[in-house]
Amino acid sequence: MGHLHRGEEPDGVAPPPPAASALRRSLLYVPGNMPSMLQNIPIFAADAVIIDLEDAVPLGEKDAARRLVRRFLETYRERRQEVLVRINALDTPWGRDDLAAVLPALPDGIRLPKADTPEIVERLDTLLTEHEEALGVEIGRFRILPSIESALGVINCIDVAATSARILGLAFGAEDYTASMEIERTKTGEELFNARSRVVWAAKAAGVQAIDSIFSDVKDMEAFRREVELVKGLGYTGKSLVNPRQIEVCHDVFAPKAAEIEYALQVVDAIRRAREMGTGVISLGGKMVDAPVVKRALRVLRTAHAHGLVAAAPDEAVLHG
Amino acid sequence: MARNSLGRELPASFQGRPVVPYRDPWSVRPEGLRATRALKRVDPGQPKLVQNLQEAIERCGLRDGMTIATHHHLRNGDALLNHVVRMIDHMGLKDVKIASSSVHPVHAELVPLIREGVVTGLECGVNGLIGELCSKGELRCPITVRSHGGRARAVSSGQVPIDVAFLAAPACDEYGNLNGAHGPSAFGSMGYAFTDALHARHVIAVTDHLVPYPAAPASISQADVDWVVRMERLGDPGKIVSTTTRVTTDPVGLQIARYATQVIEASGYLKDGFSFQTGSGGTSLAVAENVRNLMRAQRIKGSFGCGGITGYFVDMLEEGLFQALFDVQCFDLKAVESIRRNRNHLEMSADTYANPFNAGAVVNRLDVVILGATEVDVDFNVNANTESNGLLLHNTGGHADTAAGAKLAIIVAPSMRGRLPIVRDAVTTVTTPGATVGAVVTERGIAVNDRHPELKAELLRRRAPVKDIRQLQREIEAVTGAPRPLEFGDEVVALIEYRDGTIIDAVRRVKG
Repeated sequence: MGHLHRGEEPDGVAPPPPAASALRRSLLYVPGNMPSMLQNIPIFAADAVIIDLEDAVPLGEKDAARRLVRRFLETYRERRQEVLVRINALDTPWGRDDLAAVLPALPDGIRLPKADTPEIVERLDTLLTEHEEALGVEIGRFRILPSIESALGVINCIDVAATSARILGLAFGAEDYTASMEIERTKTGEELFNARSRVVWAAKAAGVQAIDSIFSDVKDMEAFRREVELVKGLGYTGKSLVNPRQIEVCHDVFAPKAAEIEYALQVVDAIRRAREMGTGVISLGGKMVDAPVVKRALRVLRTAHAHGLVAAAPDEAVLHG
Repeated sequence: MARNSLGRELPASFQGRPVVPYRDPWSVRPEGLRATRALKRVDPGQPKLVQNLQEAIERCGLRDGMTIATHHHLRNGDALLNHVVRMIDHMGLKDVKIASSSVHPVHAELVPLIREGVVTGLECGVNGLIGELCSKGELRCPITVRSHGGRARAVSSGQVPIDVAFLAAPACDEYGNLNGAHGPSAFGSMGYAFTDALHARHVIAVTDHLVPYPAAPASISQADVDWVVRMERLGDPGKIVSTTTRVTTDPVGLQIARYATQVIEASGYLKDGFSFQTGSGGTSLAVAENVRNLMRAQRIKGSFGCGGITGYFVDMLEEGLFQALFDVQCFDLKAVESIRRNRNHLEMSADTYANPFNAGAVVNRLDVVILGATEVDVDFNVNANTESNGLLLHNTGGHADTAAGAKLAIIVAPSMRGRLPIVRDAVTTVTTPGATVGAVVTERGIAVNDRHPELKAELLRRRAPVKDIRQLQREIEAVTGAPRPLEFGDEVVALIEYRDGTIIDAVRRVKG
């Protein structure tokens, strides 16, 4: 059991975690029991990494992996990636010990497996608050990325998304989902269509991000690219990855196209001019530029900036004048 | 004891020759004439095909103390050098020096013959066990390591006279015309053998595929070959060339390749007329793959690809991305097949490739070369000969030559190997001087030599992960810790000769 000690100090100071709205196109899984792979985390360009204490770690290595991950997090303080830890489910013998081991090393959040019901997320929320109090860090610092990966989870995901202010998004897990459905997962993914749609609705309705499942055939980059294109089209904002080789294609698909960037720049320019003229609304190419259009343009430019396609992302203040 | 300009301690002499310390890549001016050999006369009707190797050796008059050579296109499948030295032993000869273009792990069979004094010196670099045993002081056999261009210079200038050259000939006629493109042991380009054919005092062609006169093409001419001998098998074909050479799938290697590609793009050389060389390692091939995609996308028509040639370069030639390939050695079957039929796939001698003292080598025309390293140091010096444990395990190849010739030499290496950091205060052994290195690329970032300020500025402008080399070193050591220095004895087991014949480093016996 993970015991809480009042006044336990966090292991040094970590920079504040990325904003809830930060860019999360790529979330790279790294096994928590492999030092050679953990040490390479800083070199890859994934927006976030998910250090795995769950499925990647055999039962006999759970303790060792926990210690290793904590040690790694302590050395990786100055980071330019978000770091989440996938713990074992809270109804297993390991879940609470996972939290107790890694939270003092201040990861940015927890990826919660099998978030089938709002109660499961609430339980984690409570535990995180207790740890935050014990560590003396800001309440709400540790974020949650629940995995929607069963039939029950898909049915409940609308409620799950609204459970906690810590939730930064919903992550769809197709491998466990197809297992729970007793169906095969295909490369074209027709069998996932309904579930994927429901998860992305739930995320959008709650105003959080939608992260798609892993694609495990690392050799088939073409099928991987088609899947990323598909989920981007459905509204997903990012994807979980199993291999660093997938980062480049993933980012490439999520990169805004030149015409999109050009239009976004025109929108921002138009709205700036409108503000200068003291009006809130202006038309561009015969279409009215209003708040949702500006918001979309800003998101495009923020992504474009991350891709190095524009020199600087514009200030959100443009939106409000 | 002398010191060269890199601070390396050198003996006053080695293998009976005075040691000239290295100063910089460009200061040595050659003097004198090319080496020559006796005039010969072979009359009509006089046969050149002899019964066996012993007869050929006897007719060449090989004696104690002389120097022999083979070439290494058979790589680790070579059966010839072992066979020749066994024959020399059988004939009761002693104190023979080997000046082959390279020695491979398969030649560990020579170790007992070195112990018995049949072979008493290596005028060439070694890959594998012989170097390891010498480094540990378990084998006495002075080694002078030379680059491919340096060997061509040493042989053609007479610094290293070859008494008898044994040319492995995959296809050969009874009068000595030969090529590497045909036959069961075909390896493609005869690259390294040309120097031997032109300069050795006696030349024996050894073949396992005797063809009717005349063998065509005649890469090496009957006019340079004294004797022809048949041998059942020149080597193990499975180990001569790879069936395929592949791009790495290792994410670290791919990350290095991505950064190296950024360096090439930022260099400004990737445009029409581009010339390029890489090795056959997985990371190098990944860079080649990236370059190929960029050339395709930007419709760039390059000038030439160079060096050891792989199927990747063949594809680029066939796609029209290069006008020609200069091939000193084929690395895979696709390259062998291409050199057989494609007139723009050019067979190149080691001399033409890289000799610093001819009328201009191909390396001088290179824009970019990608090279590996076992270590680099904060002065950008590169070690490609010894490992971090101090053991001499690798030959130089074209490393120092291409770095000196190319406009931009990019070193690619993982930041750590087996828990040891790659960036050091000082490399264990200098193969290639930092003065000829443009950038060091690891998966943790790119270090640019101060000699290339425009490149550094451009990379920074492109938001590439450029780091000072000492910062890179600190980041790596934060993971690995700083390794304990190695301890060496005084005994010099090998010299590393720079391509111009000066000595850039000495390899000493490892203690303990």
